Amino acid sequence: MKITDDSPPVLSALDRPNSYIGRSVPRPNLHRLTQGRGQYVSDVTLPRMAHVAFVRSPHAHARIVGIKADAAKKSPGVIAVVTGAELAKVMTPWVGVLTHLKGLKSAPQAPIAVDVACWQGEAVCAVVARSRAEAEDACELVEVNYQELPAVTDPETALDAKTPVIHSSLGDNLCFERKLDFGAVDKAFTNSDAVVETTFMFGRHTGVTTEPRSIVADWNEGDRRMTVYQGTQAPHMMQDLFAKHLGIATDQVRVLTKDVGGSFGIKVHTYADEMATVALSKLLKRPVKFVADRIESFITDIHARDHRVKARIGVTKDGVITAFEIDDLTGIGPYSVYPRTSGIEANQVVNLTGGPYTCPNYRAQARVVFTNKNVMCQYRAVGHPIAVAVTEGLVEMAAAKISMDPLELRRRNLIADDAYPCGSASGLKFEKLSHHESLAHLDSMMNYAGLRAEQKKLRAQGIYRGVGFASFIEVTNPSAAFYGVGGARITSQDGATVKLDSQGAVIVHSGVTEQGQGAEAVLAQCVATSFGVTIDKVRVVTGDTDNTPYGGGTWASRAAGIGGEAAWQAGKALRGNVLAVAGAMLQAKPEDLDIRNGIVVDKAKGTERLALDELARVAYFRPDTLPPGFQAELMATRHYVPRAWPFAFTNGIQASYLEVDTDTGFVKLLKHWCVEDCGTIINPQLVDEQIRGGVVQGIGAALFEQCLYDERGQMLNGNMADYLVPMAAEMPDIECGHVVSPTADSELGAKGAGEAGTAGAPACVMNAINDALRPLGAQPLTDMPFTPGKILRALGKV
Amino acid sequence: MNDINLDISLAVNGETVVERVEPRTTLVDFLRDGLGLTGSHVGCEHGVCGACTVRVNGEIVRGCLMLAVQCDGATVETIEGLSDSGEIADLQTAFEQRNALQCGYCTPGMIAAAQDLLQRAKETKSVPSRDAIREHLSGNYCRCTGYQAIVDAVEAVAIARAGAPK
Repeated sequence: MKITDDSPPVLSALDRPNSYIGRSVPRPNLHRLTQGRGQYVSDVTLPRMAHVAFVRSPHAHARIVGIKADAAKKSPGVIAVVTGAELAKVMTPWVGVLTHLKGLKSAPQAPIAVDVACWQGEAVCAVVARSRAEAEDACELVEVNYQELPAVTDPETALDAKTPVIHSSLGDNLCFERKLDFGAVDKAFTNSDAVVETTFMFGRHTGVTTEPRSIVADWNEGDRRMTVYQGTQAPHMMQDLFAKHLGIATDQVRVLTKDVGGSFGIKVHTYADEMATVALSKLLKRPVKFVADRIESFITDIHARDHRVKARIGVTKDGVITAFEIDDLTGIGPYSVYPRTSGIEANQVVNLTGGPYTCPNYRAQARVVFTNKNVMCQYRAVGHPIAVAVTEGLVEMAAAKISMDPLELRRRNLIADDAYPCGSASGLKFEKLSHHESLAHLDSMMNYAGLRAEQKKLRAQGIYRGVGFASFIEVTNPSAAFYGVGGARITSQDGATVKLDSQGAVIVHSGVTEQGQGAEAVLAQCVATSFGVTIDKVRVVTGDTDNTPYGGGTWASRAAGIGGEAAWQAGKALRGNVLAVAGAMLQAKPEDLDIRNGIVVDKAKGTERLALDELARVAYFRPDTLPPGFQAELMATRHYVPRAWPFAFTNGIQASYLEVDTDTGFVKLLKHWCVEDCGTIINPQLVDEQIRGGVVQGIGAALFEQCLYDERGQMLNGNMADYLVPMAAEMPDIECGHVVSPTADSELGAKGAGEAGTAGAPACVMNAINDALRPLGAQPLTDMPFTPGKILRALGKV
Repeated sequence: MNDINLDISLAVNGETVVERVEPRTTLVDFLRDGLGLTGSHVGCEHGVCGACTVRVNGEIVRGCLMLAVQCDGATVETIEGLSDSGEIADLQTAFEQRNALQCGYCTPGMIAAAQDLLQRAKETKSVPSRDAIREHLSGNYCRCTGYQAIVDAVEAVAIARAGAPK
């Protein structure tokens, strides 16, 4: 293990001649994006393409009594007006459950509501027209007669006997419940010197991808195939679902994903309006395009994090954490989202809370209830920001209570770096983590002692600065344990096909997808290194179910660790195949040869023997000159799935330094640090940029972002002027550091890095605010986002 | 509605364009749907996110807050034109080297806004501070990068341009 900073050369057994592993290679697809020559789904146009707009329920809960569409059908440009009942003949409904989340239940959901609309924004009618503008004009002419029903909007009372049941077939409003009880929790609290108890609130927020969800579906009646251009993270999963619910075979569906304008988990789910677009294309036998506008994004893109967690921690006066106990309640909207379900976030919260610490006494309860608000589901760092904020908030409150430095309390309780393999109280299995080394690195990187001295000095001048920390663990590289075992047709394995072209270049086809995180650069680095060419000779193709190996796509920080390993292995396999050809041509033993910089060389001396373009020329155009019976195979495919561990856990620690204006309640972020351990670092720049982007997304949750609803289930701020997101002026510079503990489950040893920033940032911003305000006697703030109003209330100024 | 459509004539990336448009058509929809200039992106459609930022008569504007009919007689420059002319080549290179974009959806607007700042800095013969760069770009939303890489790239170009021989 070694500590590395921003641009480290981390070379190991992976260090082949001209290795690209551990190098900050620029991404190959950036040129077209900086020139505005990307191709996002919103850019796609096809011959005879029509546009769909949806009439959406203005009520949180309402019976659809009748729909009058005569005027809309006569509106200029209108091709069809289609109701839920009509579309139900083309596409079957779905139910978002997983069998390994025991007891999880949900109701069938249709592409367009048939009898009852269950949230403000659910589509109740589709209008297809020659242009989007004409479709929207006609939507205004559709008359829907609603009978408003009582809306369930408060998770706290959703299970009360007097609260209406949203789906009567389910019996109650409980979607999922889980309880854990390990160790001797009651005894541990009794034996504690101090117990801190509080309630954490997490604002419901959403992804706000810059490109809204977009889809173009093209049913070709001639070849009976559905081609879907979709900004999705999981093309093969969507292929499977489109086929299943249209009642056709998967090979009749092709999903194409080119450039995607941001995903973050928003674009890995089944959306009713996207399913409706596909069904409408089949119904109308022509291409149909749907691009969500911003209000549609706010009321239909999945929301996340609306959790209330009652929590307590016990600690001895010499700083031993004795117990954690949490009670999590979350309202997930009227449906569990298909096919990943809306039980996962709460499940993660109970799995991850307390995860970095040795404390064996842990009790947790999670209840997931239905409400008449927009659906919630997995968004970047699923559950982690909640579990980390609860755990780390409690840890820093406990430290304050026993007057111990918060880093010292962590040093006394974090799992020791030499204790692995081991597990958590909740049953998670850890292969190798580095909490203490990460903490030590952070301590020196941020000059902690210096900051404390500065803080003390400034307090005397009436300037209130705070330092806050968050240790964390992150789930990455998921095996089939995440979804497959629960019956979902979501693959955890991934594949890569690598072929040598006729001039000696290498083409890689991979099942993972590029959302901007740099997956294509990482795949190119892996293949260039394991095969033996310079990276400019590698071209990567992703996002096409007709032409890539079957794969899961990009989610749960899996693209580099799983897709990268498959690419690495495929490159090695192709090297073996190419050296067999070279051996035949050179009358040498393949094992005495290697490929370096695109040239076949003597392995021992490095003497150049044969260029790849010459080898390809002979293999493709003069195979008659190869030995009789010898067949060149210049294409190789390999797949990879983690088997030894259900998940490759990563770890890290973040710190925030900020200043609170005690007159206005405004928070100024001064600096942010993150040290994390994602195993082998394939591309240091891309890892750091994942961290930085993730941290800022987490800061948004801590300070700005919340989908505000009234008691009738109306979203009050569904636009970007009222829903605040982090912009450049308010964000701090973020310093990244690394510890490297590779996973032994793969040859590369890479774990995921996509969600660590988002996992830890809200917790350490919260802790820093509370650290700043503690000398003023403010009650700790635990209700995200921490708006100026909440801060002033905590200070007793309003 | 056809009876109220209007003819407009404008220069887009140096080419004269004569088109008949509906009065309600925004500039960005006209550029994308009418002219196929898909480098300008639609993000929020109410002037907050900056993804549709283009240059009209030398000033950056929100393509979603301006109507196409308002551009009759105007000179419009989009990311495609700015790229072809080479005017922003150094910014593009810096963005690529610093990985100052991930999904790239905000990038054309972000680069247009950055170029506006750098042109103003050139007039005053100054190099904008990091805070000034952050302030100027704070009308352009990026969900991916966290902004630091963008600030780094713009700062590097600002310094390079200030030091470059005239």
